[in-house]
Amino acid sequence: METLLNDFSPGLFVMQTVILLILILLMRKFAWKPILNSLQEREEGIESAINLAEQARKEIAELKSANENLLKEARVERDNIVKDAKETATKMVEDSKNNAKIEAEKVLASARHTIELEKAAAISELRLHVASLSIEIAEKIVRTELSSDDKQKALANKLAEDINLN
Amino acid sequence: MKNTKQYFSLFLGFIFMIITTFSFANTAAHKDAKHEESHNEGPIDTPEKINAYIKHHLQDAHSFVLYTDGKTGKHVGFDLPVILLDGGLHVFSAAKFHHGEAVVESNGSYYKLAHGKIYKTNKEGHLRMHGEHPSNFRPLDLSITKSVLGMLLTGLLMVIFFSALARSYKKGPIPTGLGRVLEPLVLYVRDEIARPNIGEKKYKKFMPYLLTVFFFIWILNLLGLTPLGFNVTGNIAVTLCLALFTFIIVQFSANKEYWGHIFWMPGVPVPMKIILAPIEVLGMFTKPFSLTIRLFANITAGHFVLMSLIALMITMKVAFGPVASTGMSLLLSTFIFVIELLVAFLQAFIFTMLSSLFIGMAVVDHDHH
Repeated sequence: METLLNDFSPGLFVMQTVILLILILLMRKFAWKPILNSLQEREEGIESAINLAEQARKEIAELKSANENLLKEARVERDNIVKDAKETATKMVEDSKNNAKIEAEKVLASARHTIELEKAAAISELRLHVASLSIEIAEKIVRTELSSDDKQKALANKLAEDINLN
Repeated sequence: MKNTKQYFSLFLGFIFMIITTFSFANTAAHKDAKHEESHNEGPIDTPEKINAYIKHHLQDAHSFVLYTDGKTGKHVGFDLPVILLDGGLHVFSAAKFHHGEAVVESNGSYYKLAHGKIYKTNKEGHLRMHGEHPSNFRPLDLSITKSVLGMLLTGLLMVIFFSALARSYKKGPIPTGLGRVLEPLVLYVRDEIARPNIGEKKYKKFMPYLLTVFFFIWILNLLGLTPLGFNVTGNIAVTLCLALFTFIIVQFSANKEYWGHIFWMPGVPVPMKIILAPIEVLGMFTKPFSLTIRLFANITAGHFVLMSLIALMITMKVAFGPVASTGMSLLLSTFIFVIELLVAFLQAFIFTMLSSLFIGMAVVDHDHH
């Protein structure tokens, strides 16, 4: 301890104090302040750049999701439209088919009716014709049958026989 | 990190203790007069001379000696200016001391150099010995000593390097060249030392001090590992000055809660408060004391061990022969040198770390009370 105290040099202590004080002030002015400021500026720059990048990334993601939503909506819309169109088309075809069927049936029915009528008319006409024909034929036959006396007698006999038989 | 440091301090402290015990045992046997002569006479080849040489190295010096020719006693290096404050300013070259052999007259006063210290003497240069040390008056020695030169050199290096780094930010956000090495260190001090210990809000105010101290200590420690032979941070005056800076900063930036915790500890009964107050006041002063001693002892021990291991070459020559002793010395001193490189950083880190911790304790907001 005595050696230690003896080795202590007050002069060196004073010199060291002065040198250290000057050094701290010098370094603060010419080195530490500019260095630390530059470092801080750089760090803030890096941080803001990172934040900006992050923000941009988020924005892009948002945009992407918005786009996707839009696309999805559009797809749904398209599907709906197509579905509607299909439905409408099917309905129209169905409708027209039905209409055609009804129309055809109507036509058919009226045709049948006409045919019936024509047929009835034809039948009645034919009947009339046949009746007149048979009258004519009967007239001709009668006329032939009754063309001679023998034949008139024979007929009269035969009719008489029929009546008798009855 | 802290644990590693403690183990190293323990380890080095242990070696330091062993070696110093032996060295004091040795020096006790030899009287001071002989001791002084050993600096200049013949080659340094005995344990006593080696011890004296190491002790001499650990002290501050008024001349910068790179090499001494043992045979002729000729010193290769240069002398530094001596500035004394003793009823006026005395300025002369340390060359006039002739390494402690001559008495220097300046403005009617006489001075003599002994064990790296300047004493005021009479015309004949008589030193009144009091135990191991002269009891003559010691004037305030503001000389540009070896340590002061080291500090000036370090300061110059720091200003050059870091103002270059500061300028390089004007060219672009990323420094080039040396700045690329220095920037991570600055960031390290800011993010690993200051921020966690002082707190996000208040750390900025203390950054200039912490950064300056960190690089100052580290560069000085590294300078001490060069063959230039600086031992600045192994000077108790230097480490005390550094610790006092921290102490003063802590006291002046302390808030109400800090003083409250010292003089009237909250949350304990009144009798305890009275008992705790003096302990806490003592704690205020043990903190800078521990800072002083830790740095001083670590660096001194490092220099001591390294030089002792280098000296193994000579001390073990008789026992093992020149080749084995040189090899052993080389191996061990290389090993210790690498550890010392780590310790150089570690001590700078620990000093800055503890400084910021103490500052942090003084400025913290106790919102949990």
